[in-house]
Amino acid sequence: MNLRLIVSIAKSLLLARLKQTIVAAVGVTFSITMFVTLLGFMTGLNTMLDSLILNRTPHVRLFNDIKPLEVQPIDASGKFKGAYNFISSIKSGAGRKEIYNSGAIIQRINEDDRVLGLAPRINAPVFFNDGAIEITASINGIDVVEEMRLFHFNEYVTTGNPIDLKNVSNSIVLGKALAEKLLANIGDVVQLTTSQGERFPLKVVGYFESGLLDFDKTQAYASIGTVQKLLGKDKSYVTDLQVKLNDILLAPAVAKEYAILFQTDTEDIQTANSQFETGSRVRSIISYTVGITLLVVAGFGIYNILNMMIFEKMETIAILKATGFSGNDVKRIFMTIAMTIGVVGGLAGLLFGFLLSSLIDQIPFNTAALPTITTYPINYNIVYYIIGVTFALITTYFAGFFPARKAGKVDPVIIIRGK
Amino acid sequence: MSEIILESRSINKSFHDPVTVKILNDINFKVNKGEFVSVVGKSGCGKSTLLYILSTMDTDYEGELLIDNIKMTGKTEAELAHVRNEKIGFVFQFHYLLNEFSALKNVMLPGLKLGKHSEQEVEHRAMELMKKLSIDKLALKDANQLSGGEKQRVAIARALINDPDIIMGDEPTGNLDKKNSEIVFDILKQLTIEFKQTMLIVTHDPEFAGKTQRVIEMEDGRIIRQ
Repeated sequence: MNLRLIVSIAKSLLLARLKQTIVAAVGVTFSITMFVTLLGFMTGLNTMLDSLILNRTPHVRLFNDIKPLEVQPIDASGKFKGAYNFISSIKSGAGRKEIYNSGAIIQRINEDDRVLGLAPRINAPVFFNDGAIEITASINGIDVVEEMRLFHFNEYVTTGNPIDLKNVSNSIVLGKALAEKLLANIGDVVQLTTSQGERFPLKVVGYFESGLLDFDKTQAYASIGTVQKLLGKDKSYVTDLQVKLNDILLAPAVAKEYAILFQTDTEDIQTANSQFETGSRVRSIISYTVGITLLVVAGFGIYNILNMMIFEKMETIAILKATGFSGNDVKRIFMTIAMTIGVVGGLAGLLFGFLLSSLIDQIPFNTAALPTITTYPINYNIVYYIIGVTFALITTYFAGFFPARKAGKVDPVIIIRGK
Repeated sequence: MSEIILESRSINKSFHDPVTVKILNDINFKVNKGEFVSVVGKSGCGKSTLLYILSTMDTDYEGELLIDNIKMTGKTEAELAHVRNEKIGFVFQFHYLLNEFSALKNVMLPGLKLGKHSEQEVEHRAMELMKKLSIDKLALKDANQLSGGEKQRVAIARALINDPDIIMGDEPTGNLDKKNSEIVFDILKQLTIEFKQTMLIVTHDPEFAGKTQRVIEMEDGRIIRQ
């Protein structure tokens, strides 16, 4: 009963100052709109930029790095025990680049529950022969089907059908920039030379655009079998094993485990791409800061308007008190006003935020660097909407709290006498 | 011996800013049920200050105040608000209606706050009261559309809504012309006669005071005649 009365009084006071109320609510609406849009847009961009790299990056990569032995023969020798050697110009071992016993490792990894999938790869340097000119590039032998499933290979092949790599023998997909250098059209045959001096003709079946121009200038893809043939290696020759996990967060642990288990070098995605995470974090922090600043400003708006309203309504407050409303009742009336402004403004803000996001989502965004993106990316994560409305309520609560407390403390005698 | 409704026991009050000035000096008096009492005195003699203390709104005083034989001194702000709601009706000099509400809602508000009756009953009672004061036609008008005399009658209806033990007035006719003053006085008089309503009215209008049953005269913070 009492609550209903308080709400009805608050309503009358609000409606009596409809314009002011709307101005205050619009402040909240605006800030929530911007908050939701800004975060949606920022995280949308973040996700897009990250996926540019992360989608293609294996969670755990197994490879054999070229590096000097950790334990040099001289250290192993008992003769120099306790001594320190000053041998300079130690050379890296003439070890093979391939992963030893790849067949067994692949089988073992595929049996691991944590693993979503695995794609073997061969990386080899080659020269493309364009008349008299040689262009240095790198050819990747891939398992096309797995590469498409795990690392979105098909999304980057902008011309041609990626599955042709598998179906057409001696075929190659060139980076678009590389193809332009070679003046190679689809269906053309390009000549390439391996580091061993073998010369091979390969048929171009497609172009790919990764979004990174420098990458596109130097990369080409062929099926794993084709590259094995190029290098004159057998079917078990693989230089990289790319593992995708069900949970990306397990990557560092899995990488460490595999390094010991399979005696290879491993690298996890977090280590390989730590700069992306940092970038995303900084961008998120900036968006949150701007969003919360907007909300606080809106809070001051509410604070001002309520203060003004209380100043104008001194007589009303005095009369309410004289006729039996306690300070607490008056406080509740003004809190109700503040929270109404907050809730109405906040919900409208969510709606407008969603609409504005949808609008931005429609704006064309074509860039050569991002072939798969056609409009500005927006993240519609409900979490931002929840954070937005929660902050709106908290800000309006505090913006309303102090004026309401002041209203509750108004001494009716001073007002009534002062007239 | 009639029933005492309001009692002031040696109430003193001083203002301390900028220098201590004694406003009320040892005020002792009683008001019986059904009495129509007026408090008169020159401007600045402390009669309004006394009224605000008696109305429980001002709690900064020494001495004791009893309403309906219950001690008011020392009660919390919320308890006093409840007392004002239930037992005291107010009529002020400047009408003081809430402009955001209709006349009827103004009359109803203290009743709704008390919550003793349902909203329909409160509304019914408010209409009855307004009919009695022949302002029922104004019920749905906004408070700021009413004339001064009409406003004051609405304020009287509001003061009556919870059947208060006592009605207190601070110059209720002070801001009205002669005709309206008479109407308001007649209403107050009628209430004491018909409903045995207790009244305590502060006024500086000797004509008004002369028509009441009992006059308390104040000068320089003291009661000089009662």
